[in-house]
Amino acid sequence: MSQLLLDVNALTMRFGGLVAVNGVNLKVKNRQIVSIIGPNGAGKTTVFNCLSGFYIPTAGSVMFKNEQIAGLKDFQISRKGLVRTFQHVRLFSNMTVVENMLVAQHRHLNTNLFSGLFKTPSYRRKEGEAMDHAAQWLEEVGLLDVANRQAGNLSYGQQRRLEIARCMVTQPELLMLDEPAAGLNPNETKELDELIIKLRDEHEISILLIEHDMSLVMGISDHIYVIAQGTPLADGSPEEIKNNPDVIKAYLGED
Amino acid sequence: MSEFSLYLLQQLINGLTIGSTYALIAIGYTMVYGIIGMINFAHGEIYMIGSYVTFIVIAGLLGMGLVSLPIVLLIVLIVAVIVSSTYGWTVERVAYRPLRGSNRLIPLISAIGMSIFLQNYVGLSQGYRDAALPPQVVGGWTFGDPAVFEVTISYMQSIIWIATLLTMTALTLFISRSRMGRACRACSEDLGMTNLLGIDTNKIIALTFIVGAALAAVAGILLSLYYGVINPFVGFIAGLKAFTAAVLGGIGSIPGAMLGGLILGVTEAMTAAFFPAEYKDVVSFGLLVLILLFRPSGLLGKPEVEKV
Repeated sequence: MSQLLLDVNALTMRFGGLVAVNGVNLKVKNRQIVSIIGPNGAGKTTVFNCLSGFYIPTAGSVMFKNEQIAGLKDFQISRKGLVRTFQHVRLFSNMTVVENMLVAQHRHLNTNLFSGLFKTPSYRRKEGEAMDHAAQWLEEVGLLDVANRQAGNLSYGQQRRLEIARCMVTQPELLMLDEPAAGLNPNETKELDELIIKLRDEHEISILLIEHDMSLVMGISDHIYVIAQGTPLADGSPEEIKNNPDVIKAYLGED
Repeated sequence: MSEFSLYLLQQLINGLTIGSTYALIAIGYTMVYGIIGMINFAHGEIYMIGSYVTFIVIAGLLGMGLVSLPIVLLIVLIVAVIVSSTYGWTVERVAYRPLRGSNRLIPLISAIGMSIFLQNYVGLSQGYRDAALPPQVVGGWTFGDPAVFEVTISYMQSIIWIATLLTMTALTLFISRSRMGRACRACSEDLGMTNLLGIDTNKIIALTFIVGAALAAVAGILLSLYYGVINPFVGFIAGLKAFTAAVLGGIGSIPGAMLGGLILGVTEAMTAAFFPAEYKDVVSFGLLVLILLFRPSGLLGKPEVEKV
């Protein structure tokens, strides 16, 4: 049966007197796409920042693979297999597409300076493996033919896909995507939609998604959490959320 | 060729020589700035330590009766690079790492403290007065009509050019091809994201201090042999000149530092050709002011983009 991958309990984040996140609970199982939705300023990105180690939560627990990760540093969390993207694209735009993919595998290429200087056989083999792995993922997201272009020269949609591919070579178990469809045209959104489903079904990872594009969210999510003003409002399947009067009120306002 | 053009050629040769060493030191400034956005004000002192190590090792080896120049220079190179890199690493550990994340002015001040400390530490242990070494590499090629003007390229100058060229090539290959070089470039674009990809960015930052210090050591060896006189304060002015070169070329850009160093060296030599030699510092720092006023991003630097 599917196990619990991420279990967030009563997560609270205060900035001085401002309570940005108040008692949020989240559960993500293996091979699940879970979305967080809510009006602008609801605290969705703050939740992401707490989970990925950018902020240390004021209260609450964050269990990832049955291990407390609240308070760990961002790179420690990403090494455990919880990797995120940002609302704005953060590629190494002066480097080529394939170099972006290789930098992400830096940690796995555990070679020393000596072997790098003299290009020892083990160094060549590891670089070769990293290159294969990079090529495999570029193929997966349809960027293999632009592998030697500068990342900054790609179209916006391609940059978004490269970001996801770059996360994937680090071999995460939970991928957190912060508004991946922002700024994409309907075609690109559809491709993204298919890619996210493929990540779940073929690569067997879980995805935690923040998104405003309701058709994307409703179409692919296994479970949806709604938060408003930092507080949990509702959670359930897409069908339940669509028909929840509280959610409709939060989005459309009362009249 | 006329006397005048031969004279200019001689100045160009001298300028390129000094400019090469400025470029070597400037790379240390530009690499550190590229990654952590700070000026390492103790970098000139690393160069000065490289010069002292050169003098000490040469004096020691000559005292032991070793006279083969290539072997002496090879030992000097190895020892000076190792010692200077150790100091570079220590500066990062002591003056920068504990202050990471604090206001930018604070590590700047600790680096200036480090610089004053190193000057006086060398001064107390080696003496504050000038130390001199007889020229180790003598002779050169001359051409031109002896009756008009003779242009000289000394063997030492050619050693400086070749050593600089080799060092720059090695650095360029390291940055563009190696795995660590790739990580350095990633850090200079987005330190936070590099960290998030699971790379230990502290290690990469330490590495840039070490690489910068190694290049400064090479400059220290070359210039101390060229001039033959050093004192504990040579790092200050050389550091300022190299910093000017880095800003001129565009701070953060490695090709910029190379170009800036050469331009600065040639400018100084040409100034010395027409005005009293004391004016060369006036011109080089005047150039720094002009660059900061009219093209703050430098010749090859990218315009500053406000980070969100």
